[in-house]
Amino acid sequence: MIFDFLTYSFNSLRIRKTRTLLTMIGIFIGIAAVVSLISLGSGFQKAVLSQFSDVGTDKLTVQAAETGFGPPGSTAVKRLNDDDFDAIRKVSGVKAAAKRYIRAAKATFKEKTLVVVASSIPQDKDGRTLVVDALNLDVADGRFLEIDDSNKILVGNGFYENEKFPKKVFTGDKIDINGYDFEVVGILEKSGNPQFNDLFLLNEKDLEKVLDIEDEMDLVVVQVTNVNDIEKVSNDINRELRKTRDVEEGKEDFSISTPQETLESVNTILNVVQIVIIGIAGISLVVGGIGIMNTMYTAVLERRREIGIMKSVGARNSDILIIFIIESGILGFVGGVIGVILGVGFSKFVEIAATLALGPGILAADISLGLIIGSLSFSFFVGTISGILPAKQASDLQPVDALRQ
Amino acid sequence: MAESVIRLEDVWKIYHMDEVSVPALSGMNIDIKKGEFVAVVGPSGSGKSTTMNMIGCLDIPTKGKVFLEHHDISKLSESNLAQIRGKKIGFVFQTFNLIPTLTALDNVMLPMTFQNIPREERLKIAKNLLVKVGLGHRVGHLPSQLSGGEKQRVAIARALSNNPEVILADEPTGNLDSKTGEEIMKMLKGLNKDGKTIVMVTHDTDLTKYAKKVIHIKDGKNIND
Repeated sequence: MIFDFLTYSFNSLRIRKTRTLLTMIGIFIGIAAVVSLISLGSGFQKAVLSQFSDVGTDKLTVQAAETGFGPPGSTAVKRLNDDDFDAIRKVSGVKAAAKRYIRAAKATFKEKTLVVVASSIPQDKDGRTLVVDALNLDVADGRFLEIDDSNKILVGNGFYENEKFPKKVFTGDKIDINGYDFEVVGILEKSGNPQFNDLFLLNEKDLEKVLDIEDEMDLVVVQVTNVNDIEKVSNDINRELRKTRDVEEGKEDFSISTPQETLESVNTILNVVQIVIIGIAGISLVVGGIGIMNTMYTAVLERRREIGIMKSVGARNSDILIIFIIESGILGFVGGVIGVILGVGFSKFVEIAATLALGPGILAADISLGLIIGSLSFSFFVGTISGILPAKQASDLQPVDALRQ
Repeated sequence: MAESVIRLEDVWKIYHMDEVSVPALSGMNIDIKKGEFVAVVGPSGSGKSTTMNMIGCLDIPTKGKVFLEHHDISKLSESNLAQIRGKKIGFVFQTFNLIPTLTALDNVMLPMTFQNIPREERLKIAKNLLVKVGLGHRVGHLPSQLSGGEKQRVAIARALSNNPEVILADEPTGNLDSKTGEEIMKMLKGLNKDGKTIVMVTHDTDLTKYAKKVIHIKDGKNIND
């Protein structure tokens, strides 16, 4: 019997195509928004997570407290120094520590000077492995920096792909950095992080020489022996640094961040964004539901006579109720199907656009079966709920009144 | 003596319009026996339509009792009444009252759907009925693709689908030309010969020639029985 009711309801909707389509717009915009925004949001979250897992959860970063915005350490009142670095290395549970510089430098190529971000690669074996691992760097052309290289640099893919200088930079080109000649030994692979595409990488001693750095560093990357001890090691480093820098607890002029902390704050932001998005989509679905209700009330008015006929040939109130609820459920469900198709299409479109603009792997739409099933069930639910009142009105009609129309 | 199929006992129907009470039926008594062909005749405003609604169990009287076989319909739940109505009474309306979105075949199957008859069986019965009324070749057509006479024949086939005791026809020839009207009347006559009880409500006294019994009504009462 339900199959017959389904056919009947479907026919009624098919015959009134334009109205059916207009009614479904409200639902499918809502569902398309839910599907595309959730899949992109979740894809973005996954991309962020994978960036963090590339860095590794066994590493922490120490840097001096900042007073403004800029590269790490650039606005610090009291930068980290060699005493601090030694203290960190002596903390038990620290497997390796590496100092990093991230500084602005003047680079001249083909008679054009640009201010670029120059970053250092440590020249001791452990520190080097640690930083290379943490940054997850690969070369697209040429070779990586060797430990004993001097006056050699690696440049970010942006200088090779775009003409930031009058000409593209190739392996073997000579670039002047703060008055020193450097040879480009390789070009970095295009990275999902745009900052890496605009980076100059130099060996530590070269950068110290070029920027005249002595006894200071911008940040220290620490690898712990045992991942489970990361909180304890973090606390121990905090205590040791308070001693070397002579500050009281609670007034630290430095900060230690663990990947978990950063991850948690990123997750919190992403969750808030998702809640806002779902809220907006929810409003659109409520509006869609009201649209369905309106259409169903019109249908009941229009089909009073049909309802009377059905009742005269034996339809019970419950049969009429089911027929009209099925009809509104179909409106919701089909609206949901169209919405899912549009939403998936839109998020795939954004994924392709993001890949073309920013490189692969940055933003992949994460379309799960759960999301699709959930969206379809929800749209069917909205349709059904919206149909209850009109259907009740239809089923309560007295046959004699309904036929009199 | 044949047993009663539908019986109206001192039935009153009073409509309240604002502060005025308008009696449509005032003490109607009708007893329809199995196998009869009854014509209920009266001028417009005499209470024909209300009588037909009472006989068809489509409405509940303000006062008095309506019996369908042995059931007092005012004591039945809505759901039971609908079931019994669907099973025992087949309606043929002046305006055909087919569902416009359903084909002839689906229209004929509709009353059986509400009786939970399996689809295969419904299909078989509906096809046979459409062949019987001469529309074997029009099963897939929508009402809008049929002529008036064809629509009424589909309505008759639909009325017969649950093999009811009674066929209740309300001005069955009202919207048809005289030739087609005659065909429909002959069809009803034939059904009566096959054993169906026919109740026809009409203002057309010419049609009484087909009936075995004529009930004249005036001012909401039958003036003979």
